[in-house]
Amino acid sequence: MFAYALRSLVLGLLVLVAVAFIAFSMFRFVGDPVANMVGQEATLQDRQELSERLGLNDPWPVQFVRFMGNAARGEFGVSYRQGRKVSDLIQERLPATVELAVLSAIFSTVFGVMLGIYAAIHRTGFVSNTIMTLSLVGVSLPTFLIGIGLIYVFAVELRMLPSFGRGDVVKIGWWSTGLLTESGLKSLVMPVLTLGFFQLTLIMRLVRSEMLEAMRTDYVRFARARGISERSIQMRHALRNTLVPVVTIAGLQLGSVIAFAIVTETVFQWPGLGSLFVNAVQFADVPVMAAYLMFVASVFVIVSLVVDLLYFVIDPRLRSQSRLGKAH
Amino acid sequence: MSTLSSSPQPEQQESRWHRFYDSDLVYAFRHSPVAILSALLSLFMIGGALVGPYFVPQDPFDPAALNLMDGMTKPGVPNEFTNNMFLFGTDPQGRDMLSAVVYGTRVSLLVGAASVLFSMVFGVLLGLIAGYYGGKVESIVMRVADVQLSFPAILIALLVFGVARGVIPPAQQESATLFLLIIAIGLSNWAQYARTVRGSTLIEKDREYVQAARVSGRSGLAIMALHILPNVMGPITVIATINLALAIIEEATLSFLGVGMPPTQPSLGTLIRIGQQFLFSGEWWILLFPALTLIVLALAINLLGDWLRDALNPKLR
Amino acid sequence: MKTFSKAFLAVLAVGTILASAASAQTLKWARSGDSLTLDPHGQNEGPTTTLNNHIYEALTERDAAGKLLPALAVSWRVLPNDPSVWEFKLRPGVKFHDGTPLTADDVVFSYQRAMQPTSDFKGYLTSVASVTKVDDNTVQIKTKSPDPLLINATNSILIMSKAWAEKNNTTKAQDFKNKEENFAVRNANGTGPFVLVSREPDVKTVMKRNDAYWGKGEVPLQVTEIIYTPIKADATRVAALLSGEIDFVQDVPVQDIAKLKEDQKVRLNSGPENRTIFFGMNVGAADLKSDNVDGKNPFADKRVRQAMNMAVNRAAIQRVVMRGESIPTGVIMPPFVNGWTKELDAVPASDVAAAKKLMADAGYPNGFSVTLHCPNDRYVNDEAICQAVVGMWAQIGIKVNLVSQSKSIHFPLVLKQPAETDLYMYGWGVPTFDSNYIFTFLYHTREGSLGSSNGTGYSNKEVDKMIQSLNSETDTAKRNATIAEIWKVLKDDVVYIPVHNQTLAYAMKKNIDIPVDVSNTPKLKMVKFAN
Repeated sequence: MFAYALRSLVLGLLVLVAVAFIAFSMFRFVGDPVANMVGQEATLQDRQELSERLGLNDPWPVQFVRFMGNAARGEFGVSYRQGRKVSDLIQERLPATVELAVLSAIFSTVFGVMLGIYAAIHRTGFVSNTIMTLSLVGVSLPTFLIGIGLIYVFAVELRMLPSFGRGDVVKIGWWSTGLLTESGLKSLVMPVLTLGFFQLTLIMRLVRSEMLEAMRTDYVRFARARGISERSIQMRHALRNTLVPVVTIAGLQLGSVIAFAIVTETVFQWPGLGSLFVNAVQFADVPVMAAYLMFVASVFVIVSLVVDLLYFVIDPRLRSQSRLGKAH
Repeated sequence: MSTLSSSPQPEQQESRWHRFYDSDLVYAFRHSPVAILSALLSLFMIGGALVGPYFVPQDPFDPAALNLMDGMTKPGVPNEFTNNMFLFGTDPQGRDMLSAVVYGTRVSLLVGAASVLFSMVFGVLLGLIAGYYGGKVESIVMRVADVQLSFPAILIALLVFGVARGVIPPAQQESATLFLLIIAIGLSNWAQYARTVRGSTLIEKDREYVQAARVSGRSGLAIMALHILPNVMGPITVIATINLALAIIEEATLSFLGVGMPPTQPSLGTLIRIGQQFLFSGEWWILLFPALTLIVLALAINLLGDWLRDALNPKLR
Repeated sequence: MKTFSKAFLAVLAVGTILASAASAQTLKWARSGDSLTLDPHGQNEGPTTTLNNHIYEALTERDAAGKLLPALAVSWRVLPNDPSVWEFKLRPGVKFHDGTPLTADDVVFSYQRAMQPTSDFKGYLTSVASVTKVDDNTVQIKTKSPDPLLINATNSILIMSKAWAEKNNTTKAQDFKNKEENFAVRNANGTGPFVLVSREPDVKTVMKRNDAYWGKGEVPLQVTEIIYTPIKADATRVAALLSGEIDFVQDVPVQDIAKLKEDQKVRLNSGPENRTIFFGMNVGAADLKSDNVDGKNPFADKRVRQAMNMAVNRAAIQRVVMRGESIPTGVIMPPFVNGWTKELDAVPASDVAAAKKLMADAGYPNGFSVTLHCPNDRYVNDEAICQAVVGMWAQIGIKVNLVSQSKSIHFPLVLKQPAETDLYMYGWGVPTFDSNYIFTFLYHTREGSLGSSNGTGYSNKEVDKMIQSLNSETDTAKRNATIAEIWKVLKDDVVYIPVHNQTLAYAMKKNIDIPVDVSNTPKLKMVKFAN
């Protein structure tokens, strides 16, 4: 168990180093931060001086080692664009993205599981056929079109919901929340729907197919033969077996929630990490981009570590394998 | 299908056709209206993208063919300066939207199909290698696959773009965009193939024929590949079909974020990005036609992939 | 009973309206991009200075039409006995937001801060030798040689409190060297009509009215609170105005102008900005990197440049791409600038046949191919203009590859030495309202602090000499004659291909009326709320 955990941890760290290297080498090539900082109308000498000051003229291994050392301390320097510490920026933007991501994860999981179960139980009914077809429409709709459509209907035509931003937020320590004010809650509706929709359809389809699969196992057949009621089989036996992979996949999908948050936050001007990243890309703001990539990578590594360990706890087969040294 | 060599045996051909016609897959297909409809739609759009350019009035990729004064013409209403008519209207550059949609679909399909092919070849190879060699190779490949599966595809694509921007001289960047998109999207979707193939490889690895090949000093990998590929063709086709729809949407998203096809060679995503600016100004046709085309295209392919998955996995039928 | 309750309700309703009218008059202001810093000498960039001008003030200010007015200085003159000294009398009784009075020390300090190497505003003050205090209400600026136009720079140099800067250890203009955040980047203490309340970069900035403002009786100052929000996406920004979340949108997309004009709840003002949009060509290189012509540079041939200039159909761009919201021009100088004439501004006739003939004469009957670089997030419809021009040049055989990208990637291509682009779009605003600003940055040979934005490689020693003579010429008539002479040479050389002067559109709720500002720096202290 310990060796297994250690192995996962080491692999996770390797992933982080690899991502750090990719991030670092990518951002060395994007745009010219110097021209952004000194403005369009500065002299040549100004630009060269600034380049020197920022260490952009050092050989790249020196820059990478410096980058890694700083990254390990959570230190990504000062945003070229805003002149503020990147760690402060991340901390300031984190609550918006976390609230958005968590709420849409809850939304998509709850509705996805409910609809998925329904579609699995009533496999041939009109309603579940409609649900399944609509879910395909959902998968086929690009996120940004959903967002634009919602804005058009609810903000412009009906004027019911705000089209951008978080509304009024309440500060609790360094955390800012939009959950405690009316305008904050209203502002969350459309972004959460937009971000959650794709995940919802994914989870729903996954639940349905896993559930159908589980209903055909010998275990369930045996239960049925024992005369246990269909409802109890569905809820207690089939669903329980279904939820393990579903929870795993939902956890691992956190990465794509963050990815789609880039698009959603752009459409709704949501002041989270995604829009920070898009702004940073616009201004070739290297430190912010690097920090964002490292943040996403860390989230992934942590989540997959947790999922790995959960698997280990849940699935006894893995445990025996690891004793034989075959875990992967 | 070859009429030259097999024409002397018409009965045999007939029966082969019958066998195909009566096979499970085709039987299921014939009895699923959704499958037939989506297949027809997909075929229509693919066919339109292939031969459409010979029928549409304009080459929207040729700047000299556009007349700026035709800009903003309403669908089916003559332009007030030039008196030209356009079935789908024109965009602000005087580009005929019908032609733009046909050419755009072509670009989107090309990027989608090529990137799916790329990730399929890449993923299958890596899956084979991982399953066959095992050990460190396997754990590295599968760990990278895990990262890829969870790491946001858009971020991967942005990353590839960023690196390419630095490597490719600015003058060639525009012509390279198409390849960049294919590689970027391809690199963000290979892991599923690798996983599927690795699973099958693990099963085949210990079979006698592989061991025999190994004993006789030959590479088991090549032989295995021949045995494994037919077995995984079904799941891979399903993954590829669904990935095609995903790749098309991913391309559109990248173009929406402004790193996709340039406006002089617009894909459907670029057309939507341009059209989105006219959401409130009343020029609905610039957004609507490309958006509808994209949705219908992705939906038809998704429906087909969905049906295919159910059909190939009889347990779920 | 019924009538009583009706009357009661009516009274109640009127009471509510009056209460809301009398209390907070918040103005929610949206733009496409955010300010970069609050440090008044940190960044010389449009949106940044626009916001800072609400918190800080300069010795002078410009009204919406660009006319220079007194602000912190009530009067100024050139000393009669020494033409190289400007003297400013400060406005008495002005207080900073922290309550301390404005003195000559603060002005001297601020000018010195703006002239530091780290300041982004030192370019305005290159002719200044020293700034000294005469008494508490008098400041003198001594220039290296007589500089009659120094006054044109004074509205750009914002004044901050010396004591406040010293107390908060921010006496140096924003500096990236120390990789540290300067106190003034996030905090502010000016004399302006609004006081900073809070700032979250890229999210929102809140300011409240300065009730001790010196100009309280002179300007309306009805806005009690400003909430400034950058909204990048065009559609979202317009939606926010239409749904009533925003009161004032500064960057209105041209395609939405017609619709907004029709909307009963929205007022739309439009007018010219002091900014020209144009294309630059690499005329200086021996051979172009991106073309298909070996061993020579087609742009070095004036006939090619003339042909390209003729091929541009400015009227079509104005009518279709800009929907009428631009003013085609034949010179890269807006009409507000000293040196502008109708003759220079005359738009060359769009004549494809003549252009083709010129191309053939120059030895390119079948044209050539070249790459055009274009920003897609800086000027009004920048990318669409480039696309349109690609089609126009295609008609005379020039096959143009269009590369449009973010300004953060675009500008360095032009600014690098040598420029890494052969053909590019550029825009130029003239904050000093004088031709010399254009010559110095865009036409002078690139050397030292001169010609830094001249990406064309154009170098004309005669022109350089005349440009340099402008700095020390005190005789206005003579100086203007030289300016006219320079323009004559430059226009004939077709170094740049002018397109149009940009027109701005501001959209707002019906109850306010903000006129378009030529420098695109609207002043919200002038806003009045109608009932």
